[in-house]
Order: sequence, then structure tokens, then C-alpha cells
Amino acid sequence: MQHQGPVREKEKRGKERNELRDLVGKNLHVLSQIEGVDLDMYKETVLPRILEQVVNCKDDLAQFYLMDCIIQVFPDEYHLQTLETLLSAFPQLQPNVDIKTVLSQLMDRLSSYAATSPEVLPEFLQVEAFAKFSNAIGKVIEAQVDMPVVGAVTLYVSLLTFTLRVHPDRLDYVDQVLGACVKKLSGNAKLQDSRATKQIVALLSAPLEKYSNVVTALELSNYPRVMDYLDNSTTKVMALVIIQSIMKNTTCISTSDKIEALFDLIKGLIKNMDGAQDDELDDEDFKEEQNSVARLIHMLHNDDHEEMLKILCTVQKHILQGGPKRLPFTVPSLVFSALKLVRRLQGQDGDVIGEEVPATPKKIFQILHQTIEALSCVPSPELALRLYLQCAEAANDCDLEPVAYEFFTQAFILYEEEIADSKAQITAIHLIIGTLQRMNIFGVENRDTLTHKTTGYSAKLLKKPDQCRAVYACSHLFWTDDQDGIMDGER
Amino acid sequence: MVLVLALGDLHVPHRAADLPAKFKSMLVPGKIQHIICTGNLCVKEVHDYLKSLCPDLHITRGEYDEDARYPETKTLTIGQFKLGLCHGHQVVPWGDLDSLAMLQRQLDVDILVTGHTHQFKAYKHEGGVVINPGSATGAYSSVTYDVNPSFVLMDIDGLRVVVYVYELIDGEVKVDKIDFKKTATMLHS
Repeated sequence: MQHQGPVREKEKRGKERNELRDLVGKNLHVLSQIEGVDLDMYKETVLPRILEQVVNCKDDLAQFYLMDCIIQVFPDEYHLQTLETLLSAFPQLQPNVDIKTVLSQLMDRLSSYAATSPEVLPEFLQVEAFAKFSNAIGKVIEAQVDMPVVGAVTLYVSLLTFTLRVHPDRLDYVDQVLGACVKKLSGNAKLQDSRATKQIVALLSAPLEKYSNVVTALELSNYPRVMDYLDNSTTKVMALVIIQSIMKNTTCISTSDKIEALFDLIKGLIKNMDGAQDDELDDEDFKEEQNSVARLIHMLHNDDHEEMLKILCTVQKHILQGGPKRLPFTVPSLVFSALKLVRRLQGQDGDVIGEEVPATPKKIFQILHQTIEALSCVPSPELALRLYLQCAEAANDCDLEPVAYEFFTQAFILYEEEIADSKAQITAIHLIIGTLQRMNIFGVENRDTLTHKTTGYSAKLLKKPDQCRAVYACSHLFWTDDQDGIMDGER
Repeated sequence: MVLVLALGDLHVPHRAADLPAKFKSMLVPGKIQHIICTGNLCVKEVHDYLKSLCPDLHITRGEYDEDARYPETKTLTIGQFKLGLCHGHQVVPWGDLDSLAMLQRQLDVDILVTGHTHQFKAYKHEGGVVINPGSATGAYSSVTYDVNPSFVLMDIDGLRVVVYVYELIDGEVKVDKIDFKKTATMLHS
């Protein structure tokens, strides 16, 4: 009917077509209500006949409406059992018909069906629903070459939702869907279309929500490949979604290769991506981002010391690529995570003689030294000083006198050369005094050197009252209450 | 009955990801009249969170705090009590009772709340009370090993203050309480 008649009568024709459409729709509806139409009759007689009519009418508006109608009025169990027949009709429809919407609707209906009635899940397996849908979508995308990316991705989102509901344990199916999506996206540059981007974010978020454990999502080999097609800012958004999922579910990620995979996904937050400008982002947002990464570091843990050391090295490798803006946020987290490991190693009973144990406090202190040194490029002397002092205390507890002394030396260098602000100096010198007061590992010479240096600096603070306070605090350095400490009344 | 929440040394995000979930579910907005925080939050997000629990928020500066504008010490009067607040890294030796008592006399307060050692402490000392609410997140401390997350809730009622300490030990919240009464000798002119 659409092809007949001149243009000015188009509106009148349109109205007539709509009325006809409603009429046919009503008929279908009535048909579905007839009690005698059971599954077999539907399968053998009703559906093939209807589909024949639909295909033959060659009217794209009608075809769309009628397919939609069929899916709506007949029960989901019927659709499941006639899937092959139903899907085979699609390629026969007119090229302009919005097949993807109809397909998506069908998948969504069946997804809901699976979600509400889990007892029918075996049926899905029996009719090989996933394979059929996969193929159908593949064929549709192939046939409609001009389909915009957003359309294809929407289809994959529907298929993924379907897969996650019907076959949640089949990670390979999920990966397959992602893989098909990658194939469709390949050849394009990074996505600019915001609707398509939104759909990809939905695509990637679905497995995270379904499997509250991010580690499962990390096993999907095509996941990072899909992410590669997002533009820089969306990659960051997605990375934050991933981190939030980890924090919400307090997922602990415990091996270094999973962490590698994770850091690959969140690389947009860890370092500057190619082409990204350094000051692209709002200050507040940047801080929030980096604080998220800092928090994430605390979720990376393994009780096994060797593995934990590997984890620390992996994290260090990645965050050191972050550049001066990111280091002040990420370095402290790594440092404290490492210090926790040092403490656990301390608590261990004795060394097994002859065995080469890779994870030793000394090794970790080396890593710590490297990491804190990186802060000099920011520069962040006050933070670095505090971290050196923390390490010194930890080294003290591990009986590593030279290491502790080295950390103090570094702290003093920072104090002498980098910390010029008088208020900062006051705080810094008190921290040095407080830390040094607790050191019990230094021999007389070392202790004397450090004490004299500290007292000297205290006396040189800017204002007299501050000098006094610092110097009397230093008095504690000359008298220790430890049982085996030095009680030198003369001093 | 005035409820004052005392907590500090959260060290978010440097040493801890967040407050323990069990604490978060207990700390509901609208129940507490004042919050005093010893410092080392360390970031604005934590400040905003505490502010959402109670608008009357007092914070002193810890050595890792992002916001440099917090004061080194603070005093405030709640009911019949004068409270003093300081992070504690400024008082050497760290955690030393006599040195803290010096600070208490200097600030001229009945109750001194400090942190830094991440270890809960509450005792009477020389006519006053010294409280350390510990670390609310159980953050690593060079001073204290095996830190359990803890915070303190003070119930100030006339001349009496009941100090409730909440500690998270092996996944369970344990509560303890200590009573202090302000005697005539403590009353300042």
C-alpha cells in the first residue's frame, strides 16, 4: 500500500496504514488468546503462516510492527521453542526494517524470562539459544553494512545481558560476545559517537555487576580490547567504574598477573595516554581519581610473602610511570603497603639457613628507597621526608642499623636543601626529633652525629620561641628510658 | 546529654582504603552533637564525610593532612568541660604521658584528646583526662603494632563524662566504657 498513490495523499495513506496495522495487530492478539493454539499448533501451523504473510507483504513498516507484535503477544516459551524458525525470517525482511530493535526486544524478553523462571534454563541450553542468537546477529550485521556502530553495539549489549542471565557460568560465551564486538569495531578509530560510547560502557559494566568479583572480568580476554576503542576520558570513567566495583565488593586481588591485567585496564588513570594533555582535567576530579587509585592499592594483597613482594614490584612499576602529578597520591599508599609487609616478615620465626629467601626486609627497603626517591621529581620534599622517617623506624625494628642511618641521612638532606618554609621546618624538625627519640639501634657514634645535627638545626629555626621548643624536645634525645638504652646523666 | 565523637588518624587513602563497614553503619548523621578529630584524615573526601555526620566539626592538623589550614591545637567548651585537641606528633616523646600533661596544662583543659600513636588510651592524670581515640581505620603505625580500628564517643552530662570506646577486634565491635567525674578540685576559676 505504501507504494501506491501520489505524494499528497501520503498522509491519508499513512493514517489508513496505521489503522490497518492496528487491525492486524488485534487479530494476532486474539489469535494468541485462543485456547486451542498450543505449542505444537503454533509451531507447525500458526507461526509459519504468519511469517509467510509478513515476508510477502514487503512493506517495511508493517513488517517491523508485525514482528514486534508476534514477539509481544505470544508466550516466551513458544518463542524459545520456535527460535530457529523465527530467526530465519529476519534475513528475508526488507532491508529498511529496524531488525536490531526487534532482535534486541526478543533477547530482552527471553532474558527476563530466564531471570524470573530459572527452572527453564535447561530448555535454553537444549535449543542452543545462545548459538542461534549469535549467528543471527552476525548475519544481520553482515547484511546491513551501513548500520551505525551504536546499533551494532546495542545488539551486543542485549546479547550480553541475555548471556549473563542464561549462561552466567559460561565465561567463554561472554568473551565470545565481546570478541564479536571487537571485530565489528575494528577498523574504526576510537569512538567519538557519545551514544555508542554509552553503549560500550553499558557493555563493559554488565559483567562487573553480574560477577561482583572483578577478577572474573579480568579473565575475559576481549575485555581490554573493547576498552581500547573508548576515547581517553571514557577510558578513565570506565576505569573508575572498575575501581568502584572493587571497593564496593571489597574484592581482594591477590596475584601479580591479575594485578597486571587490572592495571592494563585502568591505565588511563595511571599514566598519560597518548595524545592526552596533562592539564585536561579539573583539579578536584583529578584528585578524586588519584585517591581512588591510592585506595585501590590497599586492596592488592596476598598473605604469601613472595607473592606480596611481586605485587609490590608490579604496583611500583606502574605507578612510577605516572609522572609528577600522580606520584604524591600513589607513592604513600605503596610505601605503607610495603611497610606492612616488612612488619609481617619481622614477625617470622628465624631464617632458614642456606635457603635463598627473596622476600627480605632489606630488599623491600631498597624498593622503598627507590620509590620515595621518585618524589624528588615532583618535587615533594615534605612528604618524602616523612616517608623516609617512617622507613627509618621500620628499619630500626628490623635491626638494620645502616639502612636506618641511610634513611635519616636522606631525610636530613631534604631538610637542609629543600624545606625552606619556616612552618614546614618546625613540623619537620619535630618529626625528626620524635623519630630519632624512638631509635634504639644506633651505636654511640651514629647516634651522636644524628643528635648533634638535629639539635643544631633546632637552634637555627627562624623564631626564638620555636628554637626553644625544638631544643628542649631534643633534650629527650640525650636521655632514653630503655632498659638497655644509654642513660647518660652527664649530657 | 551531649554526644561527642572523637576519632582520628584515618590516613585515607595513604594507609587505609576506608573506615570499616561496621563503623560506617554505626556512625549515622544526626545522632552526634560534636565531632573532634585529632587529624590525619588525610583528604577532603573524609572531611566531607565527617561533616555530613555532624556540622560541628573540629579538626587539628596531622602531619599528613592535605589541608594545611587546620590549626595545630584547638580548645572548645562543651557543657562543663573544657576540651583540648591536638594531633600529638608535636609532643615528643610521642605518647609520653608527662609530656601530654604538659600540653594539657598549657591549653588549660579538663580533657585532652590527642592521637598519632594509633593506640587507644584513656586515663585520669593529674586532675584531668587524657584520651587517645586510636585510629578509626586501624591504619599502620610505626609506633604501635597490630592496630585495631577504634574511636571514642563521649557522653557529657553535667559534671560527668562517660567515655565509650568502640574497637573492632577480629571483625566484631567491642565496646568499653569509662566514667569520669569532674571534682571540685578540677573546677577552674
